[in-house]
Amino acid sequence: MIPASFDYTAPTTIDEALAALADAGDEAKIIAGGQSLLPVLRMRLNAPSTVIDLGRIDGLRGIREEGDALVIGAMTTHDDVMHDALVHEHALLLIKATSTVADPQVRHRGTLGGSLAHADPAGDLGAVALALDASFVIMGRDGSRTVAADDFFVGLFETAVGEGEILTEIRIPKHTGWGAHYEKFVRVVHQWSIVAVAATVHHEGGTIHEARIGLTNMGATPLRARATEDALHGVFATDEDVRAAVANIAEGTDPPSDLNGDAEYRRDLAVVLARRAVLHACGV
Amino acid sequence: MTAVESGTGTQREIGAARRRKEDQRLITGRTRWTDNIQLPGMLHLAMVRSPFAHAMIRSIDTDAAKAAPNVVAVLTGREVADEQGVIANAWPITTEQKTPAHPPMAVDRVTFAGEIVAVVVARSAAEARDAAELVDVDYTEMPAALDLREAAEDKVLAHPDLGTNKIAFWQLDSAAQGSGGSVDDAIAEARANGIVIEREYRQQRLIPAFLEPRSTVVDPTGEQYTIWSATQIPHIARFLLAATTGTPESKIRYIAPDVGGGFGGKLQTTPEEWLTFLAAKRLGKPVKYTETRSESLVSGHHGRDQWQKLTLAATKEGKVTGLKVDLLADMGSYVGIVGGGVPVLGAWMFNAIYKFDAYQFNCTPVLTNKTWVDAYRGAGRPEATYAIERLMDELAVELGKDPIEVREMNWIKHEEFPFTTVAGMTYDSGNYEAATARAKELFGYDELRAEQKRRRDEGDPVQLGIGVSTFTEMCGLAPSRVLGQLNYGAGGWESASIRMLATGKVEVITGASAHGQGHETAWSQIVADRLGVPFEDIEVLHGDTQISHRGMDTYGSRSLVVGAEAVVRAADKVLDKAKPIAAHMLEASEDDLEFGDGRFSVRGTDKGVTVQEVAMAAWHAHDLPEGVEPSLDSDATFDPDTFSFPHGTHLCAAEVDTETGQVKLRKYVAVDDIGVIVNPLIVAGQVHGGLVQGIAQALWEEAVYDDAGTLVTGSFVDYTLPTAADVISFDIDHTESPSTTNTLGTKGVGEAGTIASTPAVVNAVVDAIRHLGVSDITMPCTPQRVWRAIREGSRGGGTPDAAQPHFGADQPNQDPTAGGAQ
Amino acid sequence: MTRISVNVDGTAYSDDVEPRMLLVHYLRERLGKVGTVVGCDTSNCGACTVHLDGKSVKSCNVLAVQADGRSVTTIEGLASNGQLHPVQQAFTECHGLQCGFCTPGMIMQSIDLLNDNPQPSEEAIRHGLEGNLCRCTGYHNIVRAVQEAAGQLQPSSDGGSAS
Repeated sequence: MIPASFDYTAPTTIDEALAALADAGDEAKIIAGGQSLLPVLRMRLNAPSTVIDLGRIDGLRGIREEGDALVIGAMTTHDDVMHDALVHEHALLLIKATSTVADPQVRHRGTLGGSLAHADPAGDLGAVALALDASFVIMGRDGSRTVAADDFFVGLFETAVGEGEILTEIRIPKHTGWGAHYEKFVRVVHQWSIVAVAATVHHEGGTIHEARIGLTNMGATPLRARATEDALHGVFATDEDVRAAVANIAEGTDPPSDLNGDAEYRRDLAVVLARRAVLHACGV
Repeated sequence: MTAVESGTGTQREIGAARRRKEDQRLITGRTRWTDNIQLPGMLHLAMVRSPFAHAMIRSIDTDAAKAAPNVVAVLTGREVADEQGVIANAWPITTEQKTPAHPPMAVDRVTFAGEIVAVVVARSAAEARDAAELVDVDYTEMPAALDLREAAEDKVLAHPDLGTNKIAFWQLDSAAQGSGGSVDDAIAEARANGIVIEREYRQQRLIPAFLEPRSTVVDPTGEQYTIWSATQIPHIARFLLAATTGTPESKIRYIAPDVGGGFGGKLQTTPEEWLTFLAAKRLGKPVKYTETRSESLVSGHHGRDQWQKLTLAATKEGKVTGLKVDLLADMGSYVGIVGGGVPVLGAWMFNAIYKFDAYQFNCTPVLTNKTWVDAYRGAGRPEATYAIERLMDELAVELGKDPIEVREMNWIKHEEFPFTTVAGMTYDSGNYEAATARAKELFGYDELRAEQKRRRDEGDPVQLGIGVSTFTEMCGLAPSRVLGQLNYGAGGWESASIRMLATGKVEVITGASAHGQGHETAWSQIVADRLGVPFEDIEVLHGDTQISHRGMDTYGSRSLVVGAEAVVRAADKVLDKAKPIAAHMLEASEDDLEFGDGRFSVRGTDKGVTVQEVAMAAWHAHDLPEGVEPSLDSDATFDPDTFSFPHGTHLCAAEVDTETGQVKLRKYVAVDDIGVIVNPLIVAGQVHGGLVQGIAQALWEEAVYDDAGTLVTGSFVDYTLPTAADVISFDIDHTESPSTTNTLGTKGVGEAGTIASTPAVVNAVVDAIRHLGVSDITMPCTPQRVWRAIREGSRGGGTPDAAQPHFGADQPNQDPTAGGAQ
Repeated sequence: MTRISVNVDGTAYSDDVEPRMLLVHYLRERLGKVGTVVGCDTSNCGACTVHLDGKSVKSCNVLAVQADGRSVTTIEGLASNGQLHPVQQAFTECHGLQCGFCTPGMIMQSIDLLNDNPQPSEEAIRHGLEGNLCRCTGYHNIVRAVQEAAGQLQPSSDGGSAS
């Protein structure tokens, strides 16, 4: 299948990209890694007049430290994230989840920013961004603004990135030394998550001091399980105690019902996966 | 049974793990897929497909499409109704079968979502697709027959003009045909004094999902229409194209070049092929059509899709006394080339390897407004094997015995072959005891049973189950005489030719058309042994009706059993023709000649000539004996007397996570008896691939429709094929009871893995959680079904018929122009 | 039309392409590199896998214009001086293919996975190939082929390594 015709531009700076976006108006589509967009275009589910490729903007790629945070350029590929020593040291959860995204070929092209901006509720990285308290740097023609993860995911395939804006950076507070695990449930491995639980845990001597938990595909957006995080505070990292602490994690969620499972099943699954994620993150 | 006599002194080719000849082009990309073909001035097609399952076509406005850039023509069903031909059903299972007319392009009415309603021809594929979006079709929706069991009640008709959805009723009754007693008597007796097991099993709808999308190129220039197509059946397609379009068969050259898998899915003549032919014929230009994956999944025929109602009668001790089978088989909206013949092929297989006295098979194929259903790997036999192997496990539970022990009580003993079954088939050879003993040994059966018990006792959240499948199948389709009795429209012979070239090379022409099976290698091995020429000097030609002008093509595990036997006979004829010439060259009497290692020699001397030297002599023909024609080339056509019956014992250990319902394979052992093995490497590949397709039916794959009749699993996002990371490595081995039905002693292996593995896996899953009150799980055994079954003691319920969109809000995961997904 | 310059299998090409043209169509239709094939439209099957600047990508999921200034290696560029790449050799040695349609993508991805991890476990091999579908082999012998290419299989006669 071949996409409908479109104009193409590949700016080399963010300013050029913003200008191109302004010129093209709402008929434009930004292509980052393109791993979700190109199937959409091929199947003609969307037919933008202009495709703006961010792939030639060097400034959007790379990972650096800024004080207590890691700053990851939106166009950094999953593969680069997975192999980055800073991320490994300070945001292990992101490594764990990213290495489950799609497949190696897609990870070579797909980007952290593109994936987050696409905001598929079954995508793996939104829950991670929530759990790690990430913030999002969004540039518009009037300058940049920073949006907290809690405010970034607005709805199904919808984020705080407005018309004429570009997501440029993801800032992740360092979680140095935190254990992490991404417990992803699929029927066959090339699927999107049916449900997944992202957990990163600060633990010592078998006791959980702090836990951060994000849920994938338990609603229209990724979710942060704050009540469960609170319940895990001070809990021994044992099967029994963690089981009790995560028992209500599905409360208030609104998961989809589809080919891979109905909402009731997903709620039950979330509880099981949460326990496993937390215990794994604690090294149990 | 001894395959060849020529083995003395040199290494025999038959039995050698030759690396495949065909690999060299496939691993370097020097391939000839149909879609690779580009011809001067070639035009491209795009199909406009119905989004509705059942609707009248009120009007089609093609003006905008015709005006689009580089569009050459837009065709609708009404315009081509008289010249498009029809898509044929070759096997009406009864003389009264009600078969809906199947026009390649819908004329007045669409009968499934995905049916073609218009064809756009343009100078590029992209422009054809652009214009196809501009075709405006006005439909009036009609009620659609969707659910198989409801359709069988004729409440909503898939084809109102037929008056019923049930195309036929087909029965095999052992009492009526004299091969056994009355099944009703057996069941009544068991109800009074024995055991009756009654079950309903669902064979879900599957999609063959060959990896190469179908493609057709038609070149109308020159004297013949040349058609390249990704098909398993170039010969049958040529015949049917001629028969249904009035084109002389001699004016059609059909070529199946490199074909990327079929599994029965390319055992079809398709609307797309017929319409590509039509467009090329009308426009006088070469035309290509290559489907997208979304189109492939919605318009290529599907497989399986049955409801099976089963009643097994047994004595209190566990001796099976009778089996009654009532099948409903979903045909979709049209009856394909094999059509109702697919479920009917199961008629002789439900009794499997077991001895019992009474049997009845009842089959009702039913029309619905969904994609047509036809042959998929195993075709009728996996369904039968699944049913009986699941029932044998249920009987074992009823008796409180080990499932292998119950099978052994009932199976045919090795000394009882040849054995005529209750269905009336005569099995030539087999040794179920040997295959089972070997499988148990490889599997570590007793150890795994002990582990299972341990985990049960400990209440481990991950439970272990062991599944058994002792299967047989009938291969080598098929004796033409039998096909005639069954009302099938063609024969089941196969043809071969051997050409001895002057330079000593040998061309082998086969009517079997390979698409991944490795014919080029296996046939070379067979001929190398037979003629004593080097493996490397043999070229196998196939798949082009101008080169291999006779053939019945490749399906039903028939190539080796039927096709290779034709090759053997052609080779023997070559030697027969060579012998008088060799005698003349050696100035000896024919009676004094012996043949071995490719050489005719005079017995008791060192005088001899090679068959290649004889070929050279025949070619220059300067000095041949009186009356001998200057050619060694020979043809043979082989029509088998009967089927072959491979069998095997498969054992599967599966782990079931009782918290999530996830099933993981732990160990899988397959010991197959496929008779004599020509190439163990190729055989292993066939077994492995077959296993995964059968396992996928058990665990992952299902074609799901929604209430509107839209195929929800219309892309690889939702039709979930397993990847390497979802399966394990297998332990396979073989026992060997040579077939007595052909010279080589082969039985066929293409479908064995698929047929055996589905029940082995489901038996393992059920076995893992039977103690939790589960006695069946509907296929595929999805995590949700397993989870629900554990909680409710049920079969796990249905599959929600919606896909979660991943490419945008409310957008499907597939091409909406492929049909459906409104 | 957009002008692109791409090095494919060691040869420099320069062409005007429509922005909507997929890299795989550019390879097949413009350059005649028909060894690389298209198996799906959702980027699940991986049959179209090539290397872009040395890393595996699905060429149905890359626009030709995105390959401008880059270098592409296809299945047709692996063998050099008539010598098969060791992974190609291993696929035939272990019977890691049947119909061969997934094979170009499988081989290209297997090379990528071995570049990344020269001594992969069976599990790593299986996960490294999770973006490539095969319908014929059941993956068993594909996994063996990768192990063979990594030097992990004992040499054996008569197909023992592939059974």
